[in-house]
Amino acid sequence: MLDCGLDMTSTLNFLPLPLVQSPRLSKLPGWVLKDGSMFLDKELKECSGHVFVDSVPEFCLPETELLDLSTVDVILISNYHCMMALPYITEYTGFTGTVYATEPTVQIGRLLMEELVNSIERVPKAQSASMWKNKEVQRLLPAPLKDAVEVSMWRKCYTMPEVNAALSKIQLVGYSQKIELFGAVQVTPLSSGYALGSSNWIIQSHYEKVSYVSGSSLLTTHPQPMDQASLKNSDVLILTGLTQIPTANPDGMVGEFCSNLAMTVRNGGNVLVPCYPSGVIYDLLECLYQYIDSAGLSNVPFYFISPVANSSLEFSQIFAEWLCHNKQTKVYLPEPPFPHAELIQTNKLKHYPSIHGDFSNDFKQPCVVFTGHPSLRFGDVVHFMELWGKSSLNTVIFTEPDFSYLDALAPYQPLAMKCVYCPIDTRLNFIQVSKLLKEVQPLHVVCPEQYTQPPPTQSHRTDLMIDCQPPAMSYRRAEVLTLPYKRRYEKIEIMPDQPPASKKRKRVSDDVPEGKSLKPLLSGSIPMDQFVQTLEKHGFSDVKVEDTAKGHIVLLQEAETLIQLEEDSTHIICDNDEPLRVKLRDLVLKFLQKF
Amino acid sequence: MFSWFFLLFCDVFLVFCDVSLLFCCCPGAGQDVGRSCILVSIAGKNVMLDCGMHMGYNDDRRFPDFSYITQNGRLTDFLDCVIISHFHLDHCGALPYFSEMVGYDGPIYMSHPTKAICPILLEDYRKITVDKKGETNFFTSQMIKDCMKKVVAVHLHQTVQVDEELEIKAYYAGHVLGAAMFQIKVGCESVVYTGDYNMTPDRHLGAAWIDKCRPDLLITESTYATTIRDSKRCRERDFLKKVHETVERGGKVLIPVFALGRAQELCILLETFWERMNLKAPIYFSTGLTEKANHYYKLFITWTNQKIRKTFVQRNMFEFKHIKAFDRAFADNPGPMVVFATPGMLHAGQSLQIFRKWAGNEKNMVIMPGYCVQGTVGHKILSGQRKLEMEGRQILEVKMQVEYMSFSAHADAKGIMQLIRQAEPRNVLLVHGEAKKMEFLRQKIEQEFHVSCFMPANGETTTILTNPSIPVDISLGLLKRETAIGAAPDAKKPKLMHGTLLMKDNSFRLVSPEQALKELGLAEHQLRFTCRVHIQDPRKEHETVLRVYNHLKGILKDYSVQHLPDGSITVESILIQATAHSEDQGTKVLLVSWTYQDEELGSYLTSLLKKGLPQSTP
Repeated sequence: MLDCGLDMTSTLNFLPLPLVQSPRLSKLPGWVLKDGSMFLDKELKECSGHVFVDSVPEFCLPETELLDLSTVDVILISNYHCMMALPYITEYTGFTGTVYATEPTVQIGRLLMEELVNSIERVPKAQSASMWKNKEVQRLLPAPLKDAVEVSMWRKCYTMPEVNAALSKIQLVGYSQKIELFGAVQVTPLSSGYALGSSNWIIQSHYEKVSYVSGSSLLTTHPQPMDQASLKNSDVLILTGLTQIPTANPDGMVGEFCSNLAMTVRNGGNVLVPCYPSGVIYDLLECLYQYIDSAGLSNVPFYFISPVANSSLEFSQIFAEWLCHNKQTKVYLPEPPFPHAELIQTNKLKHYPSIHGDFSNDFKQPCVVFTGHPSLRFGDVVHFMELWGKSSLNTVIFTEPDFSYLDALAPYQPLAMKCVYCPIDTRLNFIQVSKLLKEVQPLHVVCPEQYTQPPPTQSHRTDLMIDCQPPAMSYRRAEVLTLPYKRRYEKIEIMPDQPPASKKRKRVSDDVPEGKSLKPLLSGSIPMDQFVQTLEKHGFSDVKVEDTAKGHIVLLQEAETLIQLEEDSTHIICDNDEPLRVKLRDLVLKFLQKF
Repeated sequence: MFSWFFLLFCDVFLVFCDVSLLFCCCPGAGQDVGRSCILVSIAGKNVMLDCGMHMGYNDDRRFPDFSYITQNGRLTDFLDCVIISHFHLDHCGALPYFSEMVGYDGPIYMSHPTKAICPILLEDYRKITVDKKGETNFFTSQMIKDCMKKVVAVHLHQTVQVDEELEIKAYYAGHVLGAAMFQIKVGCESVVYTGDYNMTPDRHLGAAWIDKCRPDLLITESTYATTIRDSKRCRERDFLKKVHETVERGGKVLIPVFALGRAQELCILLETFWERMNLKAPIYFSTGLTEKANHYYKLFITWTNQKIRKTFVQRNMFEFKHIKAFDRAFADNPGPMVVFATPGMLHAGQSLQIFRKWAGNEKNMVIMPGYCVQGTVGHKILSGQRKLEMEGRQILEVKMQVEYMSFSAHADAKGIMQLIRQAEPRNVLLVHGEAKKMEFLRQKIEQEFHVSCFMPANGETTTILTNPSIPVDISLGLLKRETAIGAAPDAKKPKLMHGTLLMKDNSFRLVSPEQALKELGLAEHQLRFTCRVHIQDPRKEHETVLRVYNHLKGILKDYSVQHLPDGSITVESILIQATAHSEDQGTKVLLVSWTYQDEELGSYLTSLLKKGLPQSTP
């Protein structure tokens, strides 16, 4: 199984989980059906024309109906975002196989899960809505709830013990490590350049090679650059995890991010950056490190609030081997690879596990706050949205591309705060994909269906799709695809020693022969004259030869034995005289080649 | 033009390839602890393992004699790559000399921490030798830099393809930060070189680990070949007790260490002890290198042991509260103190300076936590010498207590045996140890594992015959057919298979006999036997047939026995028909007909039928 990501966009249908009682949210009116019936008003609330489920947020799981997950032997993880569903798989499906991932993927993945669990568990919600999931009821709801898929499969968040149990099933691997699976195939992770420890996978036997390219980046950010050369000569290349914002240039977005941030702060406003606790935030902090002095922002405090903020910042500094060349050289000096170490030392960047505790004492405005979750449905970010949403001086800047920012903001409307959308997605865009495919030349490309046609909103942009020869094979959710190659040969090793003498007992003729005999095939033909000579040499004096249409018949008169010789066959017909038959057999075999 | 060879039906393809592995221990690791430098020739590839220098010598003998490798011609042409196991100078000290002064431009492989730390130790060593001792004809700072540019850093377990045939892979070795064992593999032949390793985790590093890679040869260090060391905990307690006692009576403790490695372990030990006992005596760490060293440990924390890795976010073990930087002037301060000073063998630098100052007072103590090479002051005092001749013919009388504590992280005899058990090599070669001790270990290994064990002297070449398997392609159809027969295949065990080996150009393919005939354009020749078996049975023909059928069915339970409508019987593909004898109606003639492929069963059936049918029970 390749990756097991969690679809978190489902949470957008839920009301945010506030850290402190929010009078605004608790006063939202219940949603009433068109016919006036009120039975759903406890579960569904209405806010600025949108309907939300008032319940603990739930997540949409990977497909589990289609196949029996206990038959999956191996799961390959490509980056920390693609393992968020792991506890659901390893703890609830009877899965007993092995999961392979790199060390940074596991460590940072653990942080992401920890943050998720923490931000949901610390605001216990009594209510768990399920009535709306009824198919009959769901049909009556307004979009997008009406169109939500497989709502019955949505699950509540896992717990920390489940996370720990899931992570304990992971086997750590390094880039370019060849891992033998059952002696049949070899899998190898390669650097994909997208995040710390992110990998593409090569699955190969001796003659077939499948590359799985997921979440790769050719841009120079903090991780080790993408390994393209090893993807060459693939029979099949499975391509997924391309950029979600193909029209936005990450560099331009970072520039916009900085200037919007500076402008807001100069005007005395606060900046809120909803983000994950690892990944792009390292790059943003590095940009700000270079930018703040020149922009005159040296006195503005930066806060990073997350239960895993400290761990994330610390962990980023110890994965030198997984970083780009520049950062590696820094470690050799020895200096910390990321400049946020210096930001922390000079007190420009402060990190807190949550808004409670020390943070409330140190908190100074105007300031910049980095915090999660990017969906704006849970985590400390909810508090800041409620706190700052009413003032037009403040700005929220969206950098994570996973959620539509308009949907994310919906339950906070009406909103006076400025909203800026600067999605930074460093994954491959379509131009880079075309270049990559030209470079590595796979025989076949397999990708999700949406990559084979322009985005529905921009149907004229034919440049926003995968262009390759032969055309890419596409797949949809829950579709089974047969890959177009046939295995013909396999590599084995022959030992130069004789096999140990088989333990077969000398067979008494009473024993039934065991199993299939292993006699070779024969080829060749028997030259008549030589055969007769040989027979005579072995004491058959009365050999008589008759010609037939297809060959000859050799008669041994005294033994009442007949040997039919033809081009491609020999037939020995005799009385039940085993020694004679064996003798004749061996004489015939002398003339034939064995295979 | 195709050239076809085919081997007639073979169970096994017999070829003995005498591919030799050639070992040339250029003055280095063989039967001597000092310089490690080993040359391995494996299937036509030449790999140099480590490039160490000898600390006990100050002349030409300090570096390995690279003329062993090749007398004429450039080293770059002869060597495919160089591998450095860890940053100790007896394993990498000659590297700049080798690459820049003798001349080598090929790749040099080492782990990331080794790559980071090695140039610093080299520079430090260069400073002591050139700037302090004023030696000329030594490598320069620039040479160290140029040399490091040729270094390729490798991850643990990463398979590095040096060229199309040669691949190397690093395993965790413990010993010091970044120490690695290397597997060198060409085709199906492989060698594992351990470098220095440690099989028990200590306070800051984990234990060495290797998978069951079954190399043709395991080259292992054998520094502690005869020692089976008491438990680490006892040694630690002993160490702490001695330090504590000395400090209590107002004495000074000198612990000569190398900047990286044991130093960090002992610091962690003392730090926690000081904290627990609430001691006030100052602990110093000689400056420069060591501060930096702790930084390296912080940044390469992934290479330390599990416990440190798990807790580093809350508390970084390498940020010490009680241990402060040392200043030269502190040595003359009155009162007790503990000082860690470099280098570890008391052969130069700060540790030697402090030693000279403190040696005259019997209240003081020097603790040697590691091995000392012959010729060094450390070795002299450990062997009991109490009057030392220093530079300028001065005699230094040693009154301070001298203690030796084996803290250096080498595997002991038990550990070496454990590693051999893990890797399951076919041959073992002992290096980096003393001849007598190695001989003892050699016998032990040969007894317990029944593998040949070698221990070459410096400059001696060992040749080891390998018995390589021959890789061939097998057609998938044949593979499936053959694995379906008999017991389920076990990936680790050989299995007997039958097929035809086709050799074409340079490729070997194992295919089914049918496919081989087809590919060769040959027709199959059918060899068939028909035997007449006479049976005494007065009944009608079809009744006889029925009796034969029931008889066979009863005996051949695992075979498909069928009675066909035309009155014949088949056993698998063997056909049996019955006719009445032309002259004697009481005798039936059974015609049993089979092909050569069913030879065994056919032959069995005729002899079975010849015995007649059992008396039918009414």
